[in-house]
Amino acid sequence: MSTGELTMHASRTARWARPLAALVITAALIATPYYFAPFRVFQLTMVLLYAVVLAGLNLLVGYGGQISLGHGAFFAVGAYTAAVMLDRFTTGHLATLPVAAAGCFLLGLGFGVPALRLRGLYLALVTLAFAVFLPPLLKRFEHVTGGSMGLTVPKPQPPSWTGLAEDQWLYFLTLTVAAVTLLVVRNLLRSRVGRALLAIRENESAAEVMGVRLSFHKALAFAWSAMFAGVAGCLYTWVIGFVSPDSFSLNLSITLLAGLVVGGLASVYGPLLGAAFVMYVPNLAQDISPAAPGVVFGLLIIAVMYLAPTGLAGLAARARQGVRRCVEHLRHTRRRPEPASPAEQTGPPQPEPQPLTAPPTIGKG
Amino acid sequence: MSEFLQQVVEGVGAGSIYASLALALVLIHRFTGIVNFAQGELAMISTYVAWQLVASGMPFWLALPVTLAISFAGGMLIERLLIRPVEGAPELTIVIVTVGLFIFVNAAAGLIWSFTVKDFPQPFPEGSVALAGVDIGWSTLGVIGVVAVVMGLLYLLFQHTRTGLVMRAVAANPASARLSGIRMGRVLMLGWGLAATVGALSGVLVAPLLFLEPNMMGGALIYAFAAATLGGFDSPVGAVAGGLVVGVAETLAGAYVGFVGADLKIGVPLLIILVVLLVRPQGLFGRAAVERA
Repeated sequence: MSTGELTMHASRTARWARPLAALVITAALIATPYYFAPFRVFQLTMVLLYAVVLAGLNLLVGYGGQISLGHGAFFAVGAYTAAVMLDRFTTGHLATLPVAAAGCFLLGLGFGVPALRLRGLYLALVTLAFAVFLPPLLKRFEHVTGGSMGLTVPKPQPPSWTGLAEDQWLYFLTLTVAAVTLLVVRNLLRSRVGRALLAIRENESAAEVMGVRLSFHKALAFAWSAMFAGVAGCLYTWVIGFVSPDSFSLNLSITLLAGLVVGGLASVYGPLLGAAFVMYVPNLAQDISPAAPGVVFGLLIIAVMYLAPTGLAGLAARARQGVRRCVEHLRHTRRRPEPASPAEQTGPPQPEPQPLTAPPTIGKG
Repeated sequence: MSEFLQQVVEGVGAGSIYASLALALVLIHRFTGIVNFAQGELAMISTYVAWQLVASGMPFWLALPVTLAISFAGGMLIERLLIRPVEGAPELTIVIVTVGLFIFVNAAAGLIWSFTVKDFPQPFPEGSVALAGVDIGWSTLGVIGVVAVVMGLLYLLFQHTRTGLVMRAVAANPASARLSGIRMGRVLMLGWGLAATVGALSGVLVAPLLFLEPNMMGGALIYAFAAATLGGFDSPVGAVAGGLVVGVAETLAGAYVGFVGADLKIGVPLLIILVVLLVRPQGLFGRAAVERA
């Protein structure tokens, strides 16, 4: 739906605006690590990394209308897959990425097939249970996972020809993976699978009657989504160089879902905004009290659901539309200097009541 | 053999606690069609209220009914203030609101009472009674007894009072109930209040066994999910039966399956949920949903 909006926007404004914006953004993203301190670059790397898992989660929750409360666990599986491979075998870093992705895809399918057989919130229950079960499981297999102490593994080193520092190299690696992820998710949504998902979200019964295989597509969406969480987990191991079971508690899963909701469900930019939220807000709130991040997150989620179900991205879109209408209004009045008809107000135009793009549904037939 | 029976009795004790939390989940599911992810956290905060009352000098058996009354009012308030505004909204919205409530209540408890572990008084006498070669602790018997009494009261409420009849009508067919003049809002508030009360009971009973801290109900909630899935999310009887089965299965797995031990017991409910969903997705006592498009 936002793509339609964007094309309309593009046709109204100059045709070169979008490519130019893309060029500027790309240039800015590439220039960033040269202008910021290593710590800032690390933070931005983490934002991109969270954007990968949130893009996958968005596919499931935003477009698929299913809830996962255990994406932190798939993130952990990806992270541990990479860490164990680097620790046990002398594989290169790049080899860990496809293995983590494939492992999480299959695991997602394994949980998705039973959990998505019937309507309801069973996926949320199963993933929640998995997220709670995983840390003790990781601690149990001490000889492989390092138990509570975790594993320390080498970070990928920049090749000498690049002349980059470690933090810059990690940033570019993550940037590449994040860009590919966003592209893949976008293309998935435009494909047959994406259309099937949207149909299921809007009305399961109608979609089924139209020949969409419900459980197949839901399980597939979950598997894809778990895969992106695994990819992000693998990046996490590269960037941090250390994994321990306590980094992947239930808290992580809930934070991820909260970030996505606040960033904006079923929106292109939601995962990016949500990732920035997940990265920065807990740090800021932690300074006040250890409980503050939870209080802030909880209240924000509820507030977003009441006031702006499309999240920050939806608010941004509304603001953009408001500005555009304002600009058009001005242009309009300049062309016709004669007094406007009484119906048209000359003051700052009131934003028309937008047909609130409802958040995704698990609709009841 | 008596060792085995001993474990079974322990399991029934734990199971009756899961049963009451599962019953809370099922009550809300029947009335609103959603799963309340904050149920465990609401039980936890009720337990803190009980702890605060006892710590300020109130005897336990007075603090318990006071806590249950406060929880009842709290549950009604949550329905009215948080859930009612999103009543017609898509399910996903309501569920996310309950997840937000989960996060908020958990953190708020930490903010008020800190994350340090507190001792909760054991309300039942020490010691045990020997029955057919099995030593049953008074605490286990007490837990089973209290849960049984509350279940009995709920049964009487639902089956033998006018209010119960109204509530069953709303659960069975909300549209018809509304058309015949039932005030839906009140019934839903009552449902949430009852669920909060039953949940609070599970928290107060489990607190002496675990320790009182903001994350204490996380595990119990998962067991309750397994219990509700096993019994069927639309069956209160199923929730109780499921809770007992899950409790016994957990205790036996912890005691006899060497690999599971104490730390991996939390895998048992996950396994139960998956198996139920594969074999009999509507649960033992649930009805398969049939729907007209």
